[in-house]
Amino acid sequence: MKKRFASLWFPHLKTDWLTVCKPHLQNIPFVLSIAAQGRLIVSGSNLLAEQAGVHSGMAIADARAFIPSLKIINEQAGLAEKLLHSIAEWCIRYTPQVALDTPDGIILDISGCAHLWGGEAAYLTSIVSKFRQHGYDVRMGIADTIGAAWAVAHFGHEDIIINEQAQSETLLPLSPAALRLEDVQLKRLQSLGLRSIGSFSKMPRSVLRRRFGDSLLLRLDQAMGLEDEFVISIKPILPYEERLPCLEPICTANGIELALEDLLNKLCKRLSGEGKGLRAAELNCHRVDGKIETITIETNRATAQVKHILQLFVLKIPQIEPALGIELFTLGVSKVETADPVQENLWNNRIGLKNPTVTELLDRLKSRDANCDISRYVPSAHYWPERSMKIAAKMDEVAAVDWQTARPRPTRLLKIPERIIVTAPIPDYPPILFRYKGDTYTIRKADGPERIEREWWIDPGEHRDYYAVEDLQGRRFWLYRAGHYDGQADQWFIHGFFA
Amino acid sequence: MMLEDKQALISKLKKDLLAWQGVPQRSNDASTMGLGPLEKAFPNGVFPKGVIHEFVSFNRMDSAASCGFIGGLLGKLMQTDGICIWIGSIQTVFPAAIRSFGVDPASIVFVSMKREKDVLWAMEEALKCHGITAVLAEIHQLDFVQSRRLQLAVEKSRVTGFILQHNPKILLATSCAARWKVTSLPSQSDDGLPGIGYPCWDVELLKVRNGSPAKEQITWSPQGFKTFSKKEIQVKDWNYNYQNLG
Repeated sequence: MKKRFASLWFPHLKTDWLTVCKPHLQNIPFVLSIAAQGRLIVSGSNLLAEQAGVHSGMAIADARAFIPSLKIINEQAGLAEKLLHSIAEWCIRYTPQVALDTPDGIILDISGCAHLWGGEAAYLTSIVSKFRQHGYDVRMGIADTIGAAWAVAHFGHEDIIINEQAQSETLLPLSPAALRLEDVQLKRLQSLGLRSIGSFSKMPRSVLRRRFGDSLLLRLDQAMGLEDEFVISIKPILPYEERLPCLEPICTANGIELALEDLLNKLCKRLSGEGKGLRAAELNCHRVDGKIETITIETNRATAQVKHILQLFVLKIPQIEPALGIELFTLGVSKVETADPVQENLWNNRIGLKNPTVTELLDRLKSRDANCDISRYVPSAHYWPERSMKIAAKMDEVAAVDWQTARPRPTRLLKIPERIIVTAPIPDYPPILFRYKGDTYTIRKADGPERIEREWWIDPGEHRDYYAVEDLQGRRFWLYRAGHYDGQADQWFIHGFFA
Repeated sequence: MMLEDKQALISKLKKDLLAWQGVPQRSNDASTMGLGPLEKAFPNGVFPKGVIHEFVSFNRMDSAASCGFIGGLLGKLMQTDGICIWIGSIQTVFPAAIRSFGVDPASIVFVSMKREKDVLWAMEEALKCHGITAVLAEIHQLDFVQSRRLQLAVEKSRVTGFILQHNPKILLATSCAARWKVTSLPSQSDDGLPGIGYPCWDVELLKVRNGSPAKEQITWSPQGFKTFSKKEIQVKDWNYNYQNLG
């Protein structure tokens, strides 16, 4: 497909931003200053200061000589990058591929996007007028190559759209600086009297390479479209992503649901065609005021069922704050897995974990309360009670070992064993009675001890001697003594209750 | 003569009423839960499936006993390939112990939700799902409206629901099919052998819809439930046991 690029240049990015933040600066000349090489120099100036002859790179003392009443503001570090980044994020509503062009511009890959706004002219007007409304001075150029778009944005006298394959005519009269060359090369061109691109572009390549190096030829080729140039998008494009721009801003839950259904229909058709299913997805809602609202869902099994995924999203729609309206929806799949082929009607009536309705139910529970734990346990080859089971990683995981049933185990296990006070007749005998939470239990029957050694390679500590005991009323407990008997009363614990 | 006719008519009408309410006829013994005389308390003498059963416990020991008893019921219900969803606010069940009641712990999905409202919501959603055999929820208090919602959910899907009420402040009227209370009893050991035997419970049916309350002593062994009478329990002196322990 034919590529089209747009370059946006903000000549007064930092000062425009300050003026937007502090409207009283609008009518006075001011500059931003940074310290460099032991003195203060101008790092940005507004239009009024520029008209009086102040420009970036000038020492503050010189600038004061031009305008005695000049206001000087210290520049925060990294301000330009921060501003550019947020502008670039805002521009995602115009194209999915936006790249930074530091220090004061951004590059958009607009291939196949402009027709949604009714052609490139309308597209350009839409972007530029939005920025100007917000108070930013901006120049924009659209061309087949990044180099040409950059050149007309910076050196064209107005916003220019270069038609396909027409970049050479437009570029030839421009100054060599429009090719993004290094200062040394520019100075040499200047001293040789080459004041426009056209004056040297037809020279033999070997001559140019000998005098100016490879980089000049590369830049020239990039601008003319003979060499490919790539941009690094600020947001990597997900392999499965769908976009839905809206004509009118959407601010109702019903509208969001309709938009979602439309996106999911497209996405799931593609996923199921490739035999894939999604495990996690996110919906980004780009609001009119520039903020982005995001909701995410996760599933327990790879799925491409529109109805089910929509249900999961619908539970989260109340979290979206549409404010003045949403003008673009993007739906991205952040985790894709190969899906089991599902023969819907034939297998829907089988019982158990293989039934898709069960996993769909668990997904719904998870999306209602993100903190809820859904776990299935499989046995693990340890005797230590806390480690004798583990959470199954997948819904269809099968245990490698069998459950240990040779010894009695309590139906309720305390997460942390609780301390009890016991009366035990002689060492290694079960207790006669014990006190737990203020109540005294007299033991009538007991089984044990069952010694369980701690796995020293996992954690150090003492072994446990477990006793299953039953009191006068038939209530059963699982008690243990930590370590060997040494006459101290505080080494007994209760760890569970039997049925 | 007239009187007998009347009796027969009334009992026939009662049977018809039960049939209309969806209570199944007692068909064969294969579908019983092995609870013996306790099952006679239910309408038509059949343990009702596809309804909500409510269990009450007032301390941790009783709740552990209820868990064991429900485990036995689940084992019968789930057979080979069933699945159970166990919902609660904190998970304290030890899956390895459920194995000894004939249930494969790997086929139980434990769900823990923070708030009780969410637990009930999760239970209602799970009860609507056809692929599940049983749903169990542990909560503190169940009121009539909530139980009615759950009842409506099971009527469509015929999933069996169990509610475990821990320490309810007051026992409110509910629309559940039965209200159970399980308390521990001293275990029996064969021939006075030392050590603890199979678990024994005092199982009370406090309320049964269309049935009559009942009470039985039930023990669980790997063969299944078994009823016994209290007289069989020989209360032995602690000292006797103590001597045999060594």
